Amino acid sequence: MTSVVTPRRTSPEAAGGTPPEKKGLSRRHREWIAAGLFLAPDAIGLLVFVAVPMLLSVVLSFFQVSGFGSYEFIGLGNYERMLGDPLFWDSMQITGVYVLVLVPVLFAVSLGLGLLVKQKLPGMGIFRTLFFLPYVISLVVVGLLWKFMLDEQVGVVNKALRGLGLDGTSWLGDPAVALYSIIAVFIWVMMGYYMIIFLAGLQEIPKEFYEAARIDGAGPWKQFRTITWPLLRPTSFFVLLMSTVAAITGGFELVFVLTEGGPANSTSLAIFYIYQQAFIFGEYGYAAAMGTFLVLVMVVCSAVIFKVTKGGRFDDGE
Amino acid sequence: MASETTTLAAGRARGAATGRKGPGSRGRLGLTLFTAVLAAGAFFPVLWMISAALKPRDQVNDGKLIPDDVTLQNFVYVFTEVPFARYLWNSFFVSAVITLVALLLHSMAAYALARLRFPGRETVFTLIFSTLLITAPVVLIPLFLVARELGLLDSYAGLIIPAIFNAFGIFLLRQFYLGIPRELEEAAIVDGCGHWRVYWSIVLPLSRPILSALAIFFFLANWNAFLWPLVATNNPDLTVVQLAITTFQTQYTSAWNYILAAALVAAAPMLVLFFAFQRQIVESIKTSGLK
Repeated sequence: MTSVVTPRRTSPEAAGGTPPEKKGLSRRHREWIAAGLFLAPDAIGLLVFVAVPMLLSVVLSFFQVSGFGSYEFIGLGNYERMLGDPLFWDSMQITGVYVLVLVPVLFAVSLGLGLLVKQKLPGMGIFRTLFFLPYVISLVVVGLLWKFMLDEQVGVVNKALRGLGLDGTSWLGDPAVALYSIIAVFIWVMMGYYMIIFLAGLQEIPKEFYEAARIDGAGPWKQFRTITWPLLRPTSFFVLLMSTVAAITGGFELVFVLTEGGPANSTSLAIFYIYQQAFIFGEYGYAAAMGTFLVLVMVVCSAVIFKVTKGGRFDDGE
Repeated sequence: MASETTTLAAGRARGAATGRKGPGSRGRLGLTLFTAVLAAGAFFPVLWMISAALKPRDQVNDGKLIPDDVTLQNFVYVFTEVPFARYLWNSFFVSAVITLVALLLHSMAAYALARLRFPGRETVFTLIFSTLLITAPVVLIPLFLVARELGLLDSYAGLIIPAIFNAFGIFLLRQFYLGIPRELEEAAIVDGCGHWRVYWSIVLPLSRPILSALAIFFFLANWNAFLWPLVATNNPDLTVVQLAITTFQTQYTSAWNYILAAALVAAAPMLVLFFAFQRQIVESIKTSGLK
């Protein structure tokens, strides 16, 4: 934290009211130095705590790390192990289902809410607030709360279902259901956030377009298809990209609190499996290899989304 | 769209000089009710948590939203059985320091990127921007090893320093600085002010709205952070509140009145912050999404 103070002391300008005449250094050079000092703390921090770890992750994946600090180069050993590790491929498959279900449903729910809260209805301010509220609660608290609500015996969800004459189920204990329960909880948390982003996008669309369409006799569905959907492309692209990238490496907290990867490993997302390998079994090198692979998957998915949506540009050739 | 349909219908009705209600008003009522039901459903889990935290041990599973007996005993229990105040303080201290330092460093960097001319500026910006693609869980393992080498594990510094650096804040602030007029700064430079003076006494005060929005965001994100504190600390004196409530849950399995009281205490500061600064939070999400 000492670096915070440094620029103030050493910044040549701070020394006094030197007019822009040449006094040792030209004005241009003094601007360069100032820029360097202004940028240095953040740039160094980003380098040490973001960029270097990213590169290190790749380097580390070629090493076997044992105990405290002994590194042994094993070439592609970790990757070979990864290819033959059925638990890893199970976790990748679970992650695949998680992403493929979560992203479209979250997209549809948030867009629906965005369209809904855009309406000028009485009490809309309060409704928006209530939809958004879960987003500010930490995922750990969310996990605990839903663990209570989804409990097979005492949970309110099953109590309500029994009240309706239905059986209910073991939301977190049935391997066929648990992953979807986690997805549903995550949608509850995030829908308000993406709702706001969609709302902002919807409010950018000029009202005149809708008025013109109405004069032409277009109904709500036609208006959505011909005006809202195409003009919302940049926002849709942003939401799709953000939620996919977040989903590929996300979900850790909910899995940690709700199921710990179970039952029968059915909710062991890749990020959770990697965490276990690193911090429970101390397999840092192996975990780094799987992490690097996951980054690769993330980059490929982002590229595909870019390509398919053409970066969210308007000219979709329809 | 329905509201626009309604106004149009009302206009048409006015044009026809008839007093009857437009056909939209019933649909409008229906839509309002529909939204209200959905919103109530979204809010229900939060109410359920509050209700459970206020119930005595033998009533927590009674399935009623309004408790028969309201007690604050659960909160007393949480604060006396475990050093919960300490956990709250840890979270507060760590989040507050990260927020303050991050705002200072990010606004300095953003000012340089937006206003100062120097060779390689665009490259530096692109490099900083590209770190946005690196998400925290991905670099968790190497970050852990770096922190271990630097002797940062199990210390406040270890909780704080790695969480400061984040290109998102730099990016938003740079966008903001590009949007404010240069005249004031130029006048100050003509008056002989150095760049630090310009930044400190002109640019920073002008950026108060975006700084306060970012401050809320940083504080929220770090108060709610879980994964990094989980791997970076072992010392019980350094336990942050999110970590504490998961441990609390494993100790008091199915004593939901205590667990949810603890969870509610952990969430309460964020709920208060949200209700106090809702507008800023929503505005900053809107700008981050579109600009």
